[in-house]
Amino acid sequence: MKKTRNKLIKLTSLLLAGSLLLSGCGDSGKDNNSNAENTNSDNKSSAAIEITNVSYDPTREFYEQYNKIFTEYWKKEKGQDVKVTPSHGGSGSQARSVIEGNEADVVTLALAHDITAIEEAGLIESGWIDEFEGNSSPYTSTIVFLVRKGNEKNIKDWDDLVRDGVEIINPNPKTSGGACWNFLAAWSFASNLYNDDEEQVKDFMAKLFKNVIVLDSGARGATTTFVENGQGDVLIAWENEAYLSVKEHPDEYEIVTPSISIKAEPSVAVVDSIVDERGTREVSEAYLQYLYTDEAQRLAGENFYRPSNEDILKEFSDTFDLNISMVSIDDFGGWDQAYKDYFDDGAIFDQIYEG
Amino acid sequence: MQQTITITKVKNPNGARVIPGFGLSMGVTITFLSLVVLIPLASLLLCAAKLSFSDFITIVTSRSVMCGYGVSLSCALFAALINCIFGLILAWILVRYNFPYKRFLDGLIELPFALPTAVAGISLTSIYSDGGWIGGLFDKFGIKISYTRTGITIAMIFIGIPFIVRAVQPVLESLDREYEEAADILGSNSFNTFCKVIFPEIFPALLGGFGLALARGIGEYGSVVFIAGNIPFKTQIAPLLIMSKLEQYKYEDATAIALVLLVISFLIMIVINTLQGHLYKIIKR
Repeated sequence: MKKTRNKLIKLTSLLLAGSLLLSGCGDSGKDNNSNAENTNSDNKSSAAIEITNVSYDPTREFYEQYNKIFTEYWKKEKGQDVKVTPSHGGSGSQARSVIEGNEADVVTLALAHDITAIEEAGLIESGWIDEFEGNSSPYTSTIVFLVRKGNEKNIKDWDDLVRDGVEIINPNPKTSGGACWNFLAAWSFASNLYNDDEEQVKDFMAKLFKNVIVLDSGARGATTTFVENGQGDVLIAWENEAYLSVKEHPDEYEIVTPSISIKAEPSVAVVDSIVDERGTREVSEAYLQYLYTDEAQRLAGENFYRPSNEDILKEFSDTFDLNISMVSIDDFGGWDQAYKDYFDDGAIFDQIYEG
Repeated sequence: MQQTITITKVKNPNGARVIPGFGLSMGVTITFLSLVVLIPLASLLLCAAKLSFSDFITIVTSRSVMCGYGVSLSCALFAALINCIFGLILAWILVRYNFPYKRFLDGLIELPFALPTAVAGISLTSIYSDGGWIGGLFDKFGIKISYTRTGITIAMIFIGIPFIVRAVQPVLESLDREYEEAADILGSNSFNTFCKVIFPEIFPALLGGFGLALARGIGEYGSVVFIAGNIPFKTQIAPLLIMSKLEQYKYEDATAIALVLLVISFLIMIVINTLQGHLYKIIKR
C-alpha cells in the first residue's frame, strides 16, 4: 500500500512539473502570437516589432552584441522597438529548419550553398547574393590551424600536416557545411604545390585525411574534441573559432596561419516570403544593411571576423595576418560545382576514403 | 500487498472494463497511434518511394552505408548483451536486498532516459578519452575508448541499461520465493536453483528488455556521434550517414537508409516478441 502511494506521489509530482513546464511554453507562445498580430494589424512605427535571425553556431557572441546596437539604432531612427530573436545551430540544419517552416526573417549562414538551398525551396528570390555588398558577406573569415602551445610538431603550413605522426582534428565536410571550406583550402594549397596535377593533389589530400583521427560531425564538435578532450596535435578551424579558443585559454594554444587559405564568406539574406507575409521587410533589410556600418564592422573585427570594409580591416592588422594568400569559392566554380566535384556521393572526398 | 490486490479485484471484476466503452477507447487508440506513429511512418515510406527500386538498392548497399549498418548493429548487439548481464545483476540487487539509499539508486537507473543524449555523449567522450578520468586509466594499457567502436558500445550501454533493469525488475518482484525454498529443500545448490528455477522465469522479460535496448542502440544518434570519431568505414554509425545525406539535402536517400534501419529493428522486435510469447506459454504450462 505504502509503495503504491509513493508511486502515486511521484507520478503526480512529475505530472505537475510537466504541466508547469508546458504551460510556461504555451504562455510565451501566446506572447509571440500577439506581438505578430500587433505588427500586422497596425503598421504605426511605434508598435514593437519582432524579427528572427537564423544563424549558425560561432556567430552567437557577435550577434548578441550586434542585436543590441541595432536595436538602439532602430529606436533612434524610427522610434520603434525591435526585438531580434536569435537562433543558432549547424548551418545546414538551420537552413533545413527554415525550409521546413522555421519562420526566419533573415538568415546569416556559414556558406552561400545553404542559402541557395532555401532559395530553391522558393522562400528567397534569386539574385539575393547581389542584394548586399561583397557577395552579401558583411564579414569574412578564413581557415587556419590551432596548435598546442609550443607547437611541438612544428606545424607551419599545409604540407606539415601530411607528415607521419601528426594527428589532425577536422570536421567532416559531408555533415558540416563549414568544413567544406577546410577541405577546399587544403586543396588549393596542394594544387598550387603540384601545378594542378589532380592525381598528386588527391594523393596529398588522402595523406592529410589519413592523419585525421576524429572526423567530427560539426565545427563546434571538432573544437570540443581538440580543446576540451585534448585530442590531436592540430585543429583545422575557422579563424574566428580559433581566436575564440585562444582567448579562452591564452596559455594553451597558438594560431598558425598557412601560406595559402580560402576566403570563407558567410552569407546573409532576407527571407522574402516570410518578411512579405509578416510585414517586416523594411526592418529586416535595415538589419542586414546595418552590418556594413563602421560600428558593426568594428564589432565583427572584435569578434574575430574579418570586416569586409578594407579600411576597418586594416585597423585589425595586429590581429589578422593580412599577407595570407586567399583563393575564393569562385576559383572552384561556385558552390554547386564544388559540391558536384568534391562533396557529393562518389565525388573526390569519397574517393579519398575509398582509395 | 494483500490489501491492494483485493481492492483491485473489487474495482476491476472482469479485467478489461476499467475504462468504459470499447468503441471509444479503441477509437482513441487508433487516432493517437495514427497521429504519432502510423502517419509519420507512412510519410517515410512515401518519401522513400520516390526512389526507383534500383536507386534504393544502390543507396542502401553502398560500401559506406553497409559499413554504417555494420557498426551500428554490432555495437548495439554487444551493448545489449553486456546490459543483459549487468542489468540483471542491478535488478537483482534492487529487488532482493535492502540497503541505504536504495531508492536513490533505483532512481538513478532512469537517468539515461531523462538526460539529453547530446549531454550524455559529450560527457562520456570526455571521461573516456585518453586524458579523461576513466579513459586515462585504460590508456596506460594502450586501450583507447573514445573515438573507437568500444566508445560507441559504451554510449549504447549507457542509453540501454534502463530497458533491461525495468523489464526484469517487476518479474523478479513477483517471483514467488516458495519455488526457491522448494528447490533448496529438494537439495538443489544455489547455482542450479538460479539456472533452473529463477532464470527461466525472468528470461522472457530479459529478452524483451534486450530487444528494446538493441533497437534503441541501432537508432541512437545524439549520444554516440560525439564519442564515435566518425571515420568512414570504421566508426561511422548509420544514423550519422542519414544526417550526412540530409546535410546534402538528399531527403530520399536519407529516408532509404532510415527505412532499412527501421525494418531491421522491426524484424528484431517481431522475432523477440514471438519468442517471448512461446516462452510465456511454456512457463504457464
